[in-house]
Amino acid sequence: MYFSVWGALLVGTFITYKVAYIDLGRFNAAVALIIATVKALLVALFFMHLKGAHERLLKLVVISTIFFLFILIVLSMADYGTRTWS
Amino acid sequence: MSDSTVLGLHHEEEHHPELLHHFSDAQQQRDASSLGMWIFLATEVMFFGGLFCAYLIYRRWYFGDFGAASKSIDATLGATNTAVLICSSLTVVLAIWAAQTARRTLMIGTLILTMLFGLAFLGIKGKEYKDKFEEHHVPGASFSFDHVPVPGHPDQYANPRHAEIFFALYFIMTGLHALHMIIGLGIFSWLLYMAWKGRFTPEYQTPLEIGGLYWHFVDIVWIYLFPLLYLIDRHP
Repeated sequence: MYFSVWGALLVGTFITYKVAYIDLGRFNAAVALIIATVKALLVALFFMHLKGAHERLLKLVVISTIFFLFILIVLSMADYGTRTWS
Repeated sequence: MSDSTVLGLHHEEEHHPELLHHFSDAQQQRDASSLGMWIFLATEVMFFGGLFCAYLIYRRWYFGDFGAASKSIDATLGATNTAVLICSSLTVVLAIWAAQTARRTLMIGTLILTMLFGLAFLGIKGKEYKDKFEEHHVPGASFSFDHVPVPGHPDQYANPRHAEIFFALYFIMTGLHALHMIIGLGIFSWLLYMAWKGRFTPEYQTPLEIGGLYWHFVDIVWIYLFPLLYLIDRHP
């Protein structure tokens, strides 16, 4: 089981590396980050044993972490991204 | 109901030496340890998160200059380092499984392998830093980034001041990550010592699990660092 996750992670890394050299325009970053997110989820769910976790407090901590990181990045980017002066 | 049942004390049960008295059972103690480490990892997410946020904002502002700077760091070394860390995460989970199934040799072996992968990562990082040093891409008095074309716009040269910001972020983010790797190596050498002493059994391997959580987190940070720093604009 761990070996399948390991294999998937290595395949994901290889794909990310190879796709970077193909011109997809604006989608290069999106593809790379989507693959990176899938890899991070694989590590978190299977290697860090989140998949079998029953404790609700633990799930709350993990989800809150992601939520606050999301606020940090999205709201900061929205602020700077909507400033129209040069 | 006897008094001992009301109080939750079971005198007929063996009290595992690693079970501390303020926990009612081993599972609760394991859950508490795990929760503690995850809360720490939450603070670490915000620690790195701030840097990622700064990086994303500057990258959006100076996309061309960042692309030019990103092209000058070695993506093959970066990809190799990613693979090295992924292998080290595998050896960590195998070490925990070995402890759970009383396979002492495998446990010790995988712990040593984890540390070797960590050292390999740091070695490759060192080579990358050395290259940057020689090319005068380290921010500071001797920084130079003249006449480097912006990817996709061969008639434009990258702004050296903006490229210097990329390299500042590159060194700070990978440097902080490398510091976490070094701390992780320290933690794992202590875990290796405890494993050697026979402290980990199928009933108790909590330090391995929470050390593993830390190591996997450092791996996840690198999983995001690699595409963001190395693969901005690589197509010909």
